[in-house]
Amino acid sequence: MASAETPMPSPGTHDVGAEAQHHTSTGLDNTKMAMWAFLGSECLFFGSLISTYLLYRERAGGGPAPHEIYDIPYTSVSSFVLLMSSLTMVLALAAIQRGNHRAMRVWLLATAFLGMTFIGGQIYEFTTFYEEGLSLAKSPFGSSFFVLTGFHGAHVTVGILMLLGLVGMSLSGKIQRSDARKVEMIGLYWHFVDIVWIIIFTVVYLIPS
Amino acid sequence: MIDQPVALSELEEAELAHHPGPRAYVAVAVILAVITAMEVAIYYISSIASHPAVLIPMLLFFALIKFVLVALYFMHLKFDSPVFKRLFVTGIVLALIVFGIVLTFFFTHGGAAPAAG
Repeated sequence: MASAETPMPSPGTHDVGAEAQHHTSTGLDNTKMAMWAFLGSECLFFGSLISTYLLYRERAGGGPAPHEIYDIPYTSVSSFVLLMSSLTMVLALAAIQRGNHRAMRVWLLATAFLGMTFIGGQIYEFTTFYEEGLSLAKSPFGSSFFVLTGFHGAHVTVGILMLLGLVGMSLSGKIQRSDARKVEMIGLYWHFVDIVWIIIFTVVYLIPS
Repeated sequence: MIDQPVALSELEEAELAHHPGPRAYVAVAVILAVITAMEVAIYYISSIASHPAVLIPMLLFFALIKFVLVALYFMHLKFDSPVFKRLFVTGIVLALIVFGIVLTFFFTHGGAAPAAG
């Protein structure tokens, strides 16, 4: 990959980063603090959805049961794709922190592509399940499954849009090395979506009813 | 387009000094991939899969390792301020409390989930 490393600023260079640094009484970045508080609240959100699924997974209501429709090899590949997107995301952050804009854009696009692959797989899975008789209204199992995985998919979709937005901002020169925090915030969100799927993959798909 | 050299804030420079490099990230990703392969493999090993008392703890253990690795290394909780870790752990603990309450409700109602609709 071609390197686009930018040098560290020499004395006297206009220091946008230091200028942009805002006051914080904790010594911690307020934006990052807010993001972690948000992710903590998201734990509660997905915890509630997973709890609901575990309660209703046995209630197939005459429709297909979990073990009858889950395609473990297929979902394993989807899980692997999402897991690897976390790697490309953190490599994008490392790139912008070094001032390598081109590498950041490549890794961000790779992350978005892997995310879109995951979402494509989820759409295929939902379509297949629907054709096999499982729908949102078919049974408590169907409702809890589609709501849980659907909300996760919505989170991934929002993440993809933010990643593509970052790439667009970078191409128009609106992302500088001093804006690495923006990439880091979206990265935190993306990694969170990944770890939620780690739990969903195990609890929903792998653990038998 | 020409990339302009601008500096990170002091906070970010201090954080970055403790963050691992791309090689460490790739190493973590390889470990994550191997653990995922092991998860799927034990799901298909009949001698393990036929014993839920063995299979379920193993699967939960693997998921926990993956969760912790991503949080510590990719989300930098291992290297950043413990305050961020506390915020996140608070959310997880609250989620587990909700889960405990739901399970308690489940078991105190004869093992039947509350009727839907």
